[in-house]
Amino acid sequence: SPQVVWDTLGNRQFCSYKITTKTQNFCRNEYNLTGLCNRSSCPLANSQYATIREEKGRCYLYMKTIERAPFPRRLWERVLLSKNYEKALEEIDENLIYWPRFIRHKCKQRFTKITQYLIRIRKLTLKRQRKIVPLRRKIERREKRREEKALIAAQLDNAIEKELLERLKQDTYGDIYNFPIHAFDKALQQQEADSESESDAEKEEDEEEDADKREFVEADDSDLSDFEDMDKLETSSEEEQEEEEEVEKKASRSKSKGKTPLKGPARRKRPYIEIEYEKETEPATKTKAA
Amino acid sequence: EKLAARKKRKKEREALGDKAPPKAVPKTIENQRVYDETTVDPNDEEVAFDEATDEFAPYFNRQTVPKILITTSDRPRGRTVRFCEQLSTVIPNSHVYYRRGLALKRIIPQCIARDFTDLIVINEDRKIPNGLVLSHLPDGPTAHFRMSSVRLRKEIKRKGKEPTEHIPEVILNNFTTRLGHSVGRMFASLFPHDPQFIGRQVATFHNQRDYIFFRFHRYIFKSEKKVGIQELGPRFTLKLRSLQKGTFDSKFGEYEWIHKRREMDMNRRKFHL
Repeated sequence: SPQVVWDTLGNRQFCSYKITTKTQNFCRNEYNLTGLCNRSSCPLANSQYATIREEKGRCYLYMKTIERAPFPRRLWERVLLSKNYEKALEEIDENLIYWPRFIRHKCKQRFTKITQYLIRIRKLTLKRQRKIVPLRRKIERREKRREEKALIAAQLDNAIEKELLERLKQDTYGDIYNFPIHAFDKALQQQEADSESESDAEKEEDEEEDADKREFVEADDSDLSDFEDMDKLETSSEEEQEEEEEVEKKASRSKSKGKTPLKGPARRKRPYIEIEYEKETEPATKTKAA
Repeated sequence: EKLAARKKRKKEREALGDKAPPKAVPKTIENQRVYDETTVDPNDEEVAFDEATDEFAPYFNRQTVPKILITTSDRPRGRTVRFCEQLSTVIPNSHVYYRRGLALKRIIPQCIARDFTDLIVINEDRKIPNGLVLSHLPDGPTAHFRMSSVRLRKEIKRKGKEPTEHIPEVILNNFTTRLGHSVGRMFASLFPHDPQFIGRQVATFHNQRDYIFFRFHRYIFKSEKKVGIQELGPRFTLKLRSLQKGTFDSKFGEYEWIHKRREMDMNRRKFHL
């Protein structure tokens, strides 16, 4: 009898469907109406019981009566409820017509909840769904390590510098940078062999003379574009001021004239060639390696 | 015992003097790399013909100016938002728009209508950006990358300023195979064609062992043989996960290349980009 069942399973001894937490006792039985472990909601301890369960989006009313208690196979009777909410409620009512109030009420509540979440499921599937892809730890670690090694092997800074120098050599920058000495020499070679050898020799010796020579040579070229380039260079250098450092004048000079860091006398001999730039921003140091 | 062997070899070499055999080149992964038959030969006609007729042709013929839309996945966190902003300063002519739960398939036609050429979606996970979808819009290829080690501008050790508005140069390193070539062209098509050398900025996509490192530098030529670079701008690394022929469509798209972990990660000497 149900009372005995409850006395043993429910209250005292072990029930495998029962889950106890600090405040509540839950029942894991699929036919349970409320989900809690109570005297009135235990499907094992009540011989007249009903539940709502849904399968693949359709709701069924399950009923259990005393008459079928000895036949476990036929114990639970299943009734399909209509898709219409109100009609389904009426169906519950007419099926559980003389049943205790508690069970009827709880059945309808459960049915309502179930329909609500079914509606939500249908709405969500229409929207975009986020696909959750599990990460695999070993693979993550492996990828990370390979990436580090690749980074070391890449030697990015060197590669970038090499590429930039290549581009400089191949004249992609045109005439902005005036110090491609080699290219310049080649151009000179075509024109005058003397000045070329001189500039070569001068390169190692005095820079100011070289500068003079350069001036001389450029004028000799009678290439107005060169002078324009000089102007362009000066204006562009102005724009690039923000990048100069304290060794700023040196850098700007070296940029425009393409010389390695100048010595003192050379600098003093230069002023008549170049314009002094006053516009200076805060010193920004250039570092090769980031 | 390795030390002993090495010492012995060194002694032999010294003993032989001039007649010693040349020093052996150390084996690196790049040396031992399995030869990929799809390596692009610079003079390959077929490749050249392909490039002339594929989706990037209008860009490379200078018919279109790139216009980029950068967006994120839903509900971007602070880091991702800041990264998007920085990325938009790096790439000229780019706009950042919030996603607000819009479906990608629906915003793509809108983008095409508004004349965007490229779409970048930065996917986020646990408050850091971890994926990048780059799709060339008028029906162009879509590349899906995994993004790692993202450094924002303030985390990079330097004392420089922000990138200016000048159009940077682009360096694409080491994209050897056909696949790498097409990916490289995708990156190149993000930037306008004529870099302004006044700006002296360069964006680098360097491929090494299938990892693409992105850096953004400002360079200055100290002399003819020396150049100094200063890193500004964000940095990140990408690993290609899949390349799709059309625009973004995960279910019905035609995939040109997918990273299959089982086969492709087996061999440590074989790379695909």
